[in-house]
Amino acid sequence: MAFSFRGGIHPDYQKEKTAASVIVSNMPQPEEVVIPLSQHIGVPCEPLVKVGDRVLEGQMIGDCQTGLSAPIHASITGKVKAIEPHWTVTGIKAPGIVIENDGSDEKWEEAPFEGAVTDLSPDEIIAYARNAGIVGMGGAAFPTHAKLRTALDRKVSTVIINGCECEPFITADHRAMVEYPRFIVTGAELIRQCLGVDDVVICVESNKPDALATMRATSDGTGISVLELPTKYPQGGEKQLIRAVTGREVPPGKLPMDIGCAVFNVDTCASLYRAIYKGQPLIKRVVTVSGSAVASPANLLVRIGTAYRDLFKFCGGFTSDPYKIITGGPMMGSAQHSVDIPVVKNTSSLLAFAEDGGEEGFSESDVCIRCGRCMAACPMRLQPTKIYENAVLNRFGECAKLNVQDCIECGCCAYVCPAKLYLVQAMRMAKSQIPRGGVKK
Amino acid sequence: MNKQLLVNSSPHYRCNDSTMTLMRDVLIALVPVLGGAVIFFGFRALVLTLVSVAFCVAFETLFNWATKRENTVGDLSAVVTGVILAFNLPVVTPYWMVAIGAFFAIVVVKCLFGGLGKNFLNPALAARAFLFSWPTIMTTFTKPLQEMYYDLSFIFGEPMFVNAETEALDSVSGATALMSLKQGIQPEMSLTDLFIGNVPGSIGETSALLILIGFVYLLFRKVITWHIPVCYVGTVALLTFLFPVGNMNNLVYMSYELLSGGLLLGAVFMATDYTTSPLSRLGKVIYAVGCGGLTVLLRTFGDLPEAVSYSILIMNVVALAIDRYLKPRRYGIGGENA
Repeated sequence: MAFSFRGGIHPDYQKEKTAASVIVSNMPQPEEVVIPLSQHIGVPCEPLVKVGDRVLEGQMIGDCQTGLSAPIHASITGKVKAIEPHWTVTGIKAPGIVIENDGSDEKWEEAPFEGAVTDLSPDEIIAYARNAGIVGMGGAAFPTHAKLRTALDRKVSTVIINGCECEPFITADHRAMVEYPRFIVTGAELIRQCLGVDDVVICVESNKPDALATMRATSDGTGISVLELPTKYPQGGEKQLIRAVTGREVPPGKLPMDIGCAVFNVDTCASLYRAIYKGQPLIKRVVTVSGSAVASPANLLVRIGTAYRDLFKFCGGFTSDPYKIITGGPMMGSAQHSVDIPVVKNTSSLLAFAEDGGEEGFSESDVCIRCGRCMAACPMRLQPTKIYENAVLNRFGECAKLNVQDCIECGCCAYVCPAKLYLVQAMRMAKSQIPRGGVKK
Repeated sequence: MNKQLLVNSSPHYRCNDSTMTLMRDVLIALVPVLGGAVIFFGFRALVLTLVSVAFCVAFETLFNWATKRENTVGDLSAVVTGVILAFNLPVVTPYWMVAIGAFFAIVVVKCLFGGLGKNFLNPALAARAFLFSWPTIMTTFTKPLQEMYYDLSFIFGEPMFVNAETEALDSVSGATALMSLKQGIQPEMSLTDLFIGNVPGSIGETSALLILIGFVYLLFRKVITWHIPVCYVGTVALLTFLFPVGNMNNLVYMSYELLSGGLLLGAVFMATDYTTSPLSRLGKVIYAVGCGGLTVLLRTFGDLPEAVSYSILIMNVVALAIDRYLKPRRYGIGGENA
């Protein structure tokens, strides 16, 4: 329990709304899904199907052989209705494949692997990860095969499996650890086999004792250790997690691999297990639906491409008109303008806040009273208030000197600010004005 | 869904603290001290506090009105300044002086520099320093629990300027513990009386017990951290323990120094003022140690009756330099993996 990082906050987690709800895996199939061609960091896929084609659940429908990418698969069986731009989580329209459900049970068959983990070579595991379209499911959606490849080439020594889930409200990873720990632990073993490392640590925050217990019981005898970390946001942030586990810090502009670490989300491990031992590509994921405007919050196993509207409807609809809908957590998630946006591979939660739900606090900005709370809370050791006062005056060179590029946009500073300043927004603006490689000092 | 959705960038979650709630908590923490002031110095202490608050709020409202700004009294910071200003005055202070102090604190020190968050001196302390233009009044410390405190003419009049009463005041004026300590003489009052506040002094500074109750409340509510009060008082404790004046036992001398004068009120409620103390924790520690060192130096070698106000004011100015030159270690550089 001694492991942690400097700064951070203790927000009102509100995880109790869904922490004990068993994952609902029998949600009715959607009438229609929209599978965006880009659900990952990197090059978007090219469609492998045409309008009018019949596709099967699990069939690869988009791929891109060049560069950083991950293929996409049909999550239902039916007819390709259209390939057209569609609203996505990022707030822009991007091409997606629209599939109309024909109600049949037919599935794309992929033979599962039947040997032991140790029978697989690194290249085979990476190929499975690629073919199944696996990306980092914790947030950034970095293609997992590419991460494995780089980690293998760079000979990392420590693999951290991230089960912290430090954002308020979200319980998707929590339930996954409680309900299918075997998938996660075997997935971790697959990553260990792929990278040839000895040191694999599964990290869970102390506010999930049931998940800690199942992870410990399941990993017993595998040589994989389970580490209980203090409950503190952003404990699951890559740099904070590495600091807590290894005591090392990722230098500015470097990657975790530069200090011998690779971090994978628990659900990514489970997807790797499913890809290899069940022959299932990544076409479903667990989504927490919560927030003050949701009638019955729940954890749902959702097909990729299902519209938010269907998820909210399944959860009993809205108790009152939501004034804000968020994909991801309230600290780093993005507000949505519509409920007709599809769930994608890194959609861990969907929140709807009611006007009087009290989640956002009052948000009219005051003046800085120099209390210094933002500095105490910043997990990156920055001085948010100083960056703010320079950013609002367009003094971006000063912001660069204050290392604004290091900001991970976790939102701790804005959360604690009694003056309700828009600190993160100011940081983002300053970051966008600073050319890559920094400005001349 | 009929209404339009609000789309803005993260974070979408904020704590419930605001400037107003923080100031409200400071006021709540000051209530026990005010209660003690009324018990020891009568209702004039309460009226002084109310008059001070009223003038502070009025001057801020007037300034905002005259300069066509939005009125800012709702953040309660003017109320806090008013209460703290009054707590730094002797009970016999005439009300017109309170008005002058409030004007200096709010208009000159705070508003002219840009209002809350922009002033570089603690307004209440700067006003107190200014009011030392009337040194006799500012150092007429009467003994607590006097019968005369219940006369209406004492409560609402101006005791310093009525001959008969001035003579009466002389008879109840008492040497403060600090005056004796400076000469190396053990003060006549007991440590217990100092601790509960049954001694002459400014109305809000005498009771260590009630100030500590406020301190615990502020810590509990996370309005302040322990750094400034503990490092400030700790520095004074260490220095006075090592270098006692006179032949007193080190521990006895130290205890008297800690419980006398405005040290605790200053360390808990004034040195911790957000605007005039450094931003970072390390900065706060340096600032507090500076306050402590200056307090002991000024108390031992200076000729003023009170060193805490001036120590904090001097360090208020230094705080700006601390913030400017003290840079946090950059994440990923230095530290454990260096």
